[in-house]
Amino acid sequence: MVKYDIPSSSERSEDKDTEWSVVKPAAFTYHRAYDVNDTIAQLAELGPDAKILAGGQSLVAMMNFRLARPSALVDITRIGGLDFLAKDAGGLRIGALTRHRTVETTKVDGFEVLSKAARWIGHYPIRCRGTFGGSIAHGDSTAEWCLLTVLLEAWIVLQGPRGRREVPATEFFHGFFMTAAEPDEMIVEVRFPRPAPHAALTEFSQRQGDFAVVAASARLDLAENEILTSRIVLGGVGPQPAVVDVDLAGQPANEETWRAAGEAAAAQVDPPSDGHGSGAYRKKLTATLVARALAEAAA
Amino acid sequence: MTSIGERLARKEDPRLLRGLGRFGDDQDRPGQLWMRVVRSPLAHGRLVSISKPEGAHVITAEDVPPGVRIPVRLKVQGIDLDDHLQPVLAADEVRYVGEPVAVVLADDPYEAEDLAELVQVDIEELPVTVDTADGTQAAEFELGYGDVEAAFGEAGHVVRIEFEVGRHSAVPLEPRALLADVDPASGALQIFGMTKVPVFNRDVLATMLGIDENLIHVHAMDAGGGFGVRGEFYPEDFLVPWLAWTLRRPVKWVEDRAEHLVAVNHSRQQKHVISAAFDNEGTLLGLKDDVLHDNGAYARTHGIIVPELTLAMLPGPYRVPAFHGRVRVMLTNKTPCGTYRAPGRFEGTSVREQLLDVAADQLGIDRVELRRKNLLTADELPHTRAMSTLGTDVVLDSGDYPGLLDKAMVEADRLGYLSRLESLRAQGHAAGLGVAMFLEKSGLGPQETADVTVSTSGAVRVHSGGTSLGQGIETILAQVTADALDIDPAVVTVINGDTVLQPFGGGSWASRSTVVGGSAVHRAAVAVRERAVRMASRMLEVAEEDLEIKAGMIGVRGAPGSSVSYADVAKACRPGSPYLGPDEPAGLTARRRFEVEHMTYPYGVHVALVDVDTGTGHVEVLRYLVAYEVGRAINPTLVEGQLLGGVAQGVGGALLEEFRYDEAGQPQAVTFMDYLMPTAAEVPRIDVLVAQDAPAPGNPLGVKGAGEGGLTAAGAVIAGAIRDALGLTGSVGRLPMTAERVRGLIEEGT
Ligand SMILES: Cc1cc2nc3c(=O)[nH]c(=O)nc-3n(C[C@H](O)[C@H](O)[C@H](O)COP(=O)(O)OP(=O)(O)OC[C@H]3O[C@@H](n4cnc5c(N)ncnc54)[C@H](O)[C@@H]3O)c2cc1C
Repeated sequence: MVKYDIPSSSERSEDKDTEWSVVKPAAFTYHRAYDVNDTIAQLAELGPDAKILAGGQSLVAMMNFRLARPSALVDITRIGGLDFLAKDAGGLRIGALTRHRTVETTKVDGFEVLSKAARWIGHYPIRCRGTFGGSIAHGDSTAEWCLLTVLLEAWIVLQGPRGRREVPATEFFHGFFMTAAEPDEMIVEVRFPRPAPHAALTEFSQRQGDFAVVAASARLDLAENEILTSRIVLGGVGPQPAVVDVDLAGQPANEETWRAAGEAAAAQVDPPSDGHGSGAYRKKLTATLVARALAEAAA
Repeated sequence: MTSIGERLARKEDPRLLRGLGRFGDDQDRPGQLWMRVVRSPLAHGRLVSISKPEGAHVITAEDVPPGVRIPVRLKVQGIDLDDHLQPVLAADEVRYVGEPVAVVLADDPYEAEDLAELVQVDIEELPVTVDTADGTQAAEFELGYGDVEAAFGEAGHVVRIEFEVGRHSAVPLEPRALLADVDPASGALQIFGMTKVPVFNRDVLATMLGIDENLIHVHAMDAGGGFGVRGEFYPEDFLVPWLAWTLRRPVKWVEDRAEHLVAVNHSRQQKHVISAAFDNEGTLLGLKDDVLHDNGAYARTHGIIVPELTLAMLPGPYRVPAFHGRVRVMLTNKTPCGTYRAPGRFEGTSVREQLLDVAADQLGIDRVELRRKNLLTADELPHTRAMSTLGTDVVLDSGDYPGLLDKAMVEADRLGYLSRLESLRAQGHAAGLGVAMFLEKSGLGPQETADVTVSTSGAVRVHSGGTSLGQGIETILAQVTADALDIDPAVVTVINGDTVLQPFGGGSWASRSTVVGGSAVHRAAVAVRERAVRMASRMLEVAEEDLEIKAGMIGVRGAPGSSVSYADVAKACRPGSPYLGPDEPAGLTARRRFEVEHMTYPYGVHVALVDVDTGTGHVEVLRYLVAYEVGRAINPTLVEGQLLGGVAQGVGGALLEEFRYDEAGQPQAVTFMDYLMPTAAEVPRIDVLVAQDAPAPGNPLGVKGAGEGGLTAAGAVIAGAIRDALGLTGSVGRLPMTAERVRGLIEEGT
């Protein structure tokens, strides 16, 4: 176990003339963990204000603004064996420390939607550092991985002092950065039970690389040109990924179906307004993006 | 051998590209204190108390000399703004979120930031004004000429639109930074980090501190972009030097980005009601504009020049027989405003060009044709407009406006803009083309002073009053010097913005450095050349008329072996030299001043091709052409660079950037997640056509400024292109044209 103290400023050494710190966050202690059990032990010891540090792409920015003030960080990036995409029994497992960029560059049959969706996440340097587990833990309602775990009905695998448990993604996200994970638990992997060859995610933001104003994801099971089952999940229309209650079973796979589904989805949501878009605009985006996601999923 | 017109590699680059530049945060002094500003968290309220946490060195308004306020640098229209000036620390009332209320000093920036967080500011809330129209009126004035009422009375057509420009501003890569230190040996206050108008800031500070201006030495620095906001005199520009002076310890302050977005001058926010009178043939008879200008909480150094420039430049390059503009300058509980690159012109051009687009449709005349018809022609110039701005008359000096418009349209066609538009439309895209014409102004006075000195090695030093903001002014001034002396620019070193080396500098702003600074350097260099010839005639014992200068050698015409170098002449100018007359000053050096009577007016055309996603409202700018008349390009690469950067900022202002506030006056864009600057992905492919057809008659170099013309018509052209893409009959109404607004216009179809 390695431990560095980032001392609070009042405790700093005398050698002030030549050296000063240029960090921005409120004082915290830094710890490093080398395996999952070590992480859990350290979290238990450090108490509920300690946080896991993964890629740091969400957490460190919030700390720099002092919006997040963890008392301690436990860096998990040196834990081995959690950086993987593995096919099993028809499904796919993704390790918590798998970088977005790794998902982007790994094509897995039946899970193409994941690598395609990865390009929507931030910019290249962010994708090289940010982790799959970090994104799920952060639980942003527009995050691509959060939407896709709900769309594909994945399971979030958690480990904590009380052992290992699996939570369905559909029950994991509780809204505004809150999830089913306890502060002393760690996400170790995410399990996708079955492939989704007809799935797509599309989204809109004004600039490339920004968080989506609205994101729409869709999954279809198709027989010839007929829809057998459908599932639509939206981001940016509420505090957590929103499953749309539109069932397209029995309908033809065509533009008219997509357009009508978009309208139906828009009618169901009541999105909030903020600086990136009013609720009314988000409804319009929902109609447009749902139709586009369905068309892409069917293609 | 002339260096003017050469694409010389930038002299700044070896330093900057190797990380050897000297920026604000690069300076440190042993034992320095770090300052952190405590800012008001509320938009309006009475300051009840400020706590001083245990062990913290906190300074509030009670501690600073009474009545210290940020002065107006540019006074115009004889309007007194004394009641609206910003105190360096709020004393009893706070007027915007981000207003400095106290500062904390510590030995370490981290400690200062921690302690500043502990300072409790108790504020009794007062009603907040966010809407411009509800603000306090700080000034109102009118500008114009001709009989506007008569023009509108006899008009066959009157076209009227309302148009708003959103609040946005410059966001240079490097936030502000200052270091001040008293040199114990000389007793002088050393300041690092004032990078726009150092001499002005030195004088303001001397007055505030009650000390002689020569006890203050502002040093030359690099700056990571200025664009109008950096380097003006802000509260921190008093606080840091004052603390260093009174505590006799070095004091350093570095602004962070979150502070920057609420602390530096905002700009642009205006609402216009503009109308034009036309006869039945589409000839402009008159123009009227009523402007509401939001200046935020205070008048700062720019006073009311942005609203003044808005009106004075509004008629643009057109033949407008009668014009009347009125502006009301309103104070609201938002960050105070100042200039941002192309101040007043970005706003006015957006509004006027949108009006012309709407008018063209209403009159049934092609929009390029309508413009061509109403542009002043080459033989109508110079053209005097009976109104003044920045204290000088508006005299449009030289140019061929319709000629440049034609050139731009031919170039856009040659580059495939029109065929691309057609093919996009054929594929069902909502694509559109915008065309906008603009007039710029540059080369504002009153003066600039330059010193040119040749040393005994033949190296040449130039001390100019401009500042190096990344624009390449060192390269330009070296080229001007090399041209006048007939030497290699490599031997010229330019130092800008050091108040000891150049105590009479005017600074870098208003596209003035090349025009005014360049002309001063030219005059000083010519004076050095004349003196060199005079000395050489004594040294070579020939008449001055028989001497010529070639490649840095002063020689006898027709007698190849008989010559002296500038280095030889510099040696002959040393004290004790037999060639020096008894009262003649030593040294091969000259200081010269260039005074400006009137500004020079560059102009240009922007053409943009956009593709609108009608489902989301997203606007993609596919192609962008800037055609710009610069009089004479000292270094074409640098002119092009200025234009490209301007377009990038213009795209931001046209589509993305806005400082929004909620009803409580809380700023909504305080990070780069919310204040959307264009990235490389949003900046279009840009084509540039630099014209040198109309040299400026008012300066020896014939140059017109190039700093702003890439930005001036960006709002106008993109608004026009969107209007064209959507087939609107009315105006787009507002900038920035965010995707949400565009999507709304598609719905309304107005
Ligand atoms: C400019 C920018 C743009 C971005 N755009 C997008 C975007 O478009 N879409 C998107 O989805 N994301 C975006 N991100 C965020 C990025 O994807 C982050 O990488 C991700 O949200 C968090 O992953 P991380 O590994 O960086 O986690 P960290 O920042 O290290 O941690 C985030 C949170 O998760 C917790 N945590 C991390 N790992 C675990 C774990 N294994 N178990 C339990 N808790 C854990 C941390 O304690 C913390 O609370 C953007 C980030 C930036 C800076």
